[in-house]
Amino acid sequence: MSAGGTGENEPRDEARAGALAQAEGRVARALREMGQSSWLVSVLAVVLALIAGGVLILAANREVQATLGYFFARPVDFFAVSWQVLTDAYSALFRGAVFDWQAPSAVRTIRPITETMVYSVPLILSGLGIAIGFRSGMLNIGGQGQIILGASFAGFIGYWMQLPVGLHLLLALLGGALGGAIWGGIAGVLKARTGANEVIVTIMLNNIAIYLLAWLLQQRWFTQTDSNQPQSAAVAESAQLFGLLGPQFRLHAGFILAILATLAVWWLMERSTLGFEFRAIGENPEAARTAGISVVKATALVLIIAGALSGLGGAAHVLGTEHRLTGGIAGTLGFDAITVALLGRSRPLGTFLAGLLFGGLKAGGVLMQSQTGTPIDIVLVLQSVIVLLIAAPPLVRAIFFLPRPGGRPPASSRRARRQRSAAKKEVAA
Amino acid sequence: MMRSMWTKRSLTAAGVAAAGALVLSGCGQAPDEAPEAAGGEESVDYKACIVSDAGGWDDQSFNQSGYEGLMAAVDEFGIEHAEAQSQSDADFGPNVDSMVQQGCNVVFGVGFLLEEALHDAAEANPETDFALIDSTFSDADGNPAELENGKPLVFNTAEAAYLAGYVAAAMSETGTVATFGGMQIPSVTIFMDGFADGVDRYNEDNGEDVQLLGWNKESQQGSFSGDFDNQSQGRTIAEQFLSQDADVIMPVAGPVGLGAAAAIDEVDDAKLIWVDSDGYESTEHGDIILTSVLKQISQAVYDTVEEGVNDQFDATPYVGTLENEGVGLAPFHDFEDEVPQEVKDKVDELRQEIISGETVVETENAP
Repeated sequence: MSAGGTGENEPRDEARAGALAQAEGRVARALREMGQSSWLVSVLAVVLALIAGGVLILAANREVQATLGYFFARPVDFFAVSWQVLTDAYSALFRGAVFDWQAPSAVRTIRPITETMVYSVPLILSGLGIAIGFRSGMLNIGGQGQIILGASFAGFIGYWMQLPVGLHLLLALLGGALGGAIWGGIAGVLKARTGANEVIVTIMLNNIAIYLLAWLLQQRWFTQTDSNQPQSAAVAESAQLFGLLGPQFRLHAGFILAILATLAVWWLMERSTLGFEFRAIGENPEAARTAGISVVKATALVLIIAGALSGLGGAAHVLGTEHRLTGGIAGTLGFDAITVALLGRSRPLGTFLAGLLFGGLKAGGVLMQSQTGTPIDIVLVLQSVIVLLIAAPPLVRAIFFLPRPGGRPPASSRRARRQRSAAKKEVAA
Repeated sequence: MMRSMWTKRSLTAAGVAAAGALVLSGCGQAPDEAPEAAGGEESVDYKACIVSDAGGWDDQSFNQSGYEGLMAAVDEFGIEHAEAQSQSDADFGPNVDSMVQQGCNVVFGVGFLLEEALHDAAEANPETDFALIDSTFSDADGNPAELENGKPLVFNTAEAAYLAGYVAAAMSETGTVATFGGMQIPSVTIFMDGFADGVDRYNEDNGEDVQLLGWNKESQQGSFSGDFDNQSQGRTIAEQFLSQDADVIMPVAGPVGLGAAAAIDEVDDAKLIWVDSDGYESTEHGDIILTSVLKQISQAVYDTVEEGVNDQFDATPYVGTLENEGVGLAPFHDFEDEVPQEVKDKVDELRQEIISGETVVETENAP
């Protein structure tokens, strides 16, 4: 089994596309369509989300509400105030995320873009893991649990061991990747060996990870502190991801890690044999099996590698900025990462850029909230609307043409029959 | 193409709907002058700011109490304010930093999770004052630390919970009372320690044997719902206690306690003890609430802002006790007539004992 370069892959992909189109599961089909929609949709989704967010910002603003009360007496007020409120909010979002021209010092002026990078590190790393799953036809919802395990392993190695600079950091990062890989691997092996649905297994593993960490934080041997608070000791300096721009910035080497990981994932998925196998089982596991690919091995490996990437994201989070383990260490990173992978069309570069965008929304949200009093939930609305717009059209279409609810039928003959009738409907439509 | 057409149409529809709403609501008179920008009269040049933990301002717990205290002070003194809700632990540092950058005079942080963010900011910005709600400051190894511009606002709720434990034991007809927490953190278990001691005190004084479910002070182990959101978990735990014959339950879990209240609502003769605020007023379950263990976070925040406005900020820790009424027992409200006078007298006596130091409510979770 050899996969050469893309030049060799693409004709094969195309040749298979026709034959495979009829033999796809509904979920895989929706995923694939999401991956193939144009970049324009991503951009339009962001624009539409900003519009929707703008409406909500106005609706929540008391001054705007006041001018609405006498809209017909003097509509100018409404438009003037609305314009003012919107430009204030979105310019604050921009100033917090990219470049703050109102900042008191030069450092503060350029700091926002570095904050965006800081926030994007775990999103990119974990998003890459999710993206690999998507392209291999697997819905890995377990980013959260994998991040928690990665952060726990990395953090524990970081504050428990005393090692020289460099070695300590390397070991902590590897530990984080291992933690995530174990958690992803549980789901991967279960799916590969027993056919257990990875969606359910990974969701359940998320909960197990949350409670596992909560329990660990009650154990003095784990937290390495004398305090009763469920919080670990701080990671030793030798294991912290070093700053890139000095003490006034939080930007740390994790960002370089994110860039390297993006390149590595690109190479893995586009250039390596293993990546070809991953994509093949994503397109059609049965065809892949016929072609001599070990579906069991590839399935397990997808989730192990995806888990390792998420674990690395958790490690970078705790070694780079947080430095202490707490029950909420993962925040909503694991779920945001799914969004990032979706927005990035499951492509490495796309995921990287989507991670930066979401990092920017987080960084900008801080300033927007504190300076203009705009509710921080608007940021969540922006993120959600973006995903909704990207995910909904293909999903809705897939559901429309295949109205039968439920997962994939077990027998391949049934599936083929159903897909054939679906194809007919599609032609008729 | 189809998609964008569809989107356009739906946007138009939304616009029409919005216009319709305007027709209905927008007929008022325009004010004589254009409305002023936010702020209005400002008598004092002072800015008080607050950063929440991930619970947000509507958590029916310490974030909300802290926020209400701050807003009361803002209204009273006519000062500026800024607020930031944290969505996750990763937001604490940036939020606190953002407050410092915009020139806040005092920055409140709610909860021990903000300790590190406030601690770092306090050391880096000696001109700004900081106040940490519900936790003391500590150094990297977890040992207590004192900051010149960092004031911890903590509450020895064990004292008030002690009184609640005594009342609960006295009012129990089945001889079994119960408590559970949201998460096993000191600011929660301190309630449970005090409650346990109060029950013990009742047993000692009256030669009774009232059992406490859900918390063992010796081993520091007990029942926890796991978070401060999941009300159905609170209900499940309360139902277990009820089935074990408990008839007074004290949940120390913020909104999760509402789940316990729902379970108690369905049985006869069981009662609830609320915590933090007076549940008779803050919840809809006044008819089953025997009393509440009060923790006056709002007042402490208000007082701290007042000190700052008068240029008298003082980093000495504020410890809410029965003596300074930072903690206390709420009135019995509907149960005023049911609680025997001798129990009320005894509670007053115990309160005096604790204030005078004759009785010390010991807990390893004390601030």
